[in-house]
Amino acid sequence: MSTLEIKDLHVSIDTEQGTKEILKGVTLTINTGETHAIMGPNGSGKSTLASTIAGHPRYNVTSGSILLDGEDVLEMSVDERARAGLFLAMQYPVEVPGVTMTNFLRTAKTAIDGEAPSLRHWTKDVKAAMANLKIDADFANRNVNEGFSGGEKKRVEILQLELFKPRFAVLDETDSGLDVDALKVVSEGVNRASENHEMGTMLITHYTRILRYITPDFVHVFVDGRVAEQGGPELAEQLEEEGYDRFTVKA
Amino acid sequence: MTDTATTLSGEKARIGSPSIAGFTEEGENLSPLNEDASPLGGDASKAHSHGAAAGIPQASRGERPTSYDLADFPALTGREEDWRFTPLKRLGGLHKAAPSADAPAVALAGSEGLALETVAMDDARVGSAGVPDDRVSANAWNAAKEATVLSIPAGAEGAEAILTIKGDSSEAAAQHVVIVAEPNSSSVVVLDHVGTAVLAQNVEVDVKEGAKLTLVSLQAWQNDAIHTSAQQAKVGKDAYYKHVAVTFGGDLVRLTPSARFDGPGAEAEMYGLYFADAGQHLEHRLLVDHNQPRCKSNVLYKGALQGKDAHTVWVGDVLIRKNAEGTDSYEANRNLVLTDGARADSVPNLEIETGQIEGAGHASTTGRFDDEHLFYLMARGIDEKTARRLVVRGFLNEIIQKIGVADLEDRLNETVEAELAATEN
Ligand SMILES: Nc1ncnc2c1ncn2[C@@H]1O[C@H](COP(=O)(O)OP(=O)(O)OP(=O)(O)O)[C@@H](O)[C@H]1O
Ligand SMILES: [Mg+2]
Repeated sequence: MSTLEIKDLHVSIDTEQGTKEILKGVTLTINTGETHAIMGPNGSGKSTLASTIAGHPRYNVTSGSILLDGEDVLEMSVDERARAGLFLAMQYPVEVPGVTMTNFLRTAKTAIDGEAPSLRHWTKDVKAAMANLKIDADFANRNVNEGFSGGEKKRVEILQLELFKPRFAVLDETDSGLDVDALKVVSEGVNRASENHEMGTMLITHYTRILRYITPDFVHVFVDGRVAEQGGPELAEQLEEEGYDRFTVKA
Repeated sequence: MTDTATTLSGEKARIGSPSIAGFTEEGENLSPLNEDASPLGGDASKAHSHGAAAGIPQASRGERPTSYDLADFPALTGREEDWRFTPLKRLGGLHKAAPSADAPAVALAGSEGLALETVAMDDARVGSAGVPDDRVSANAWNAAKEATVLSIPAGAEGAEAILTIKGDSSEAAAQHVVIVAEPNSSSVVVLDHVGTAVLAQNVEVDVKEGAKLTLVSLQAWQNDAIHTSAQQAKVGKDAYYKHVAVTFGGDLVRLTPSARFDGPGAEAEMYGLYFADAGQHLEHRLLVDHNQPRCKSNVLYKGALQGKDAHTVWVGDVLIRKNAEGTDSYEANRNLVLTDGARADSVPNLEIETGQIEGAGHASTTGRFDDEHLFYLMARGIDEKTARRLVVRGFLNEIIQKIGVADLEDRLNETVEAELAATEN
């Protein structure tokens, strides 16, 4: 079992108006085998948390820590984090000109595993994973995310999740912008990934719909840069009915 | 990422803003030469432009004056449609006095039986495939002391020739090269420009009936070279011509490759690859003149830019004249800007005079490789160096693969690596 520990994390960004604190003390522990849903209003800092875990240079950690099995993640570069087993499915996956999906997937797999995958198996694996996620085979020849629709980009994120087999996956609104069928296909992909290898999941979402396919062990309510409340799956239902008012209106 | 693309087929198509017959943006046409020779003109002619310079109307490409006589071309001001991107100050005077220094030496390596000839400028083969269409080209034509001719014999199969053109002087020189692919020959010819030079060049390419010729012009100059080259090809009936421009070196390089058909059923492919570093000006201006029925053309140029004041210019003129029914043509230019401070101008011009075509389209994209791209790739475990290489190599490889000369492909891959390594320090 592996553990990802986030302790009293404070994160700020530099804006034109000066430094702005976005995360104000986040504490959260995820073990492999667990699924944690994170729900919270727009602008509360969910993507900031996700990007900080992945190491996006825009976010400055001012205090606190992130540990992966006791190792200091904040000391690692972006690529080192990925190789250590962290994966971020982005809310807005980036289009990368000039690089075909095929080339990208193989290069990333080689980097993560530390050795090139056997060509024969790899091609087969990619094809099968694409078919499972109902991604057309000719996407392999297209440039990474270039011209993909919103929903297609999300599928391709989950394709990578299945192929790269990370220990911890942070899924930032992977369900947003998906049609009913795609939501099912993508959820099945996430479930396959956690069945096939031990994985801890942080699932950022605004909707309980995805939680019918991917059952969370824990639900965290994220408000104004910190976790305001934790509970089981029933908390998600409650949020859906009541909204975030009781967390945002200060006592 | 900006993207503009248009595809047309079938119906008579007109693109762009109307132009007034006889007028260009500078006012009256520069010279009334060849007025009768041009089947395109007047209200039927349309120009189209995109990119940084979009919106400036231009007379039909088919109306541009051509002449062997320098006096027919007024002195350049830099405001001319075809010179507006070129910093004349950096031309080394090639547009002014007659370039009088000796031309760079030409050495041939290649298939047995091939030989270079040095001939006088009144040789019948000089002028067989081209007429100057700008002042610098006309200046060079007049100043050239002799012409270097390479003929590929009729029926030759798989002939290969590498012409190493090595400059060792910074005095303005003119050079004239003629390549003749005799009927039904097939060959690959490479012009490998190395060393340094201040050179105005005319290259004529005569691809005769049924011949197949791949011509690669490689600009691998040292940093200080200045090079203009008009590379005009006449492509005969059922012939195939592939032109590949590869430009890495030089301070200022301005290539104007063209293909004119000389009979129906011919095909021209024009590819290009350029990599501009800080301060370099690399300009490529293409012309495909569909003046014959049932010909095909395909144009694809790709460029990478890095460093302060790296500047590339690509202008692709495709003319489909009235008699060119059954034409099938496509042109595209794609640029990848790797750092701040670099600038790529891209202007596709498609002029279509007949509706009886198979298809005609154009596209131009200029994309940036930025920190978000880098983050995405690195977030998948790929280290920074590999990420950058992945992007640039992937981007340029499409052209390198089209060259079809293994040794040259290897050499270009190495050059790309070296260019990339240069930014890492
Ligand atoms: N570059 C930036 N400049 C200014 N403010 C920023 C910048 N990046 C993020 N922020 C602010 O930080 C806050 C947190 O943003 P974040 O994207 O983490 O929210 P979120 O919880 O993911 O929201 P959503 O549910 O809408 O995705 C927001 O108020 C946002 O405007
Ligand atoms: Mg977000």
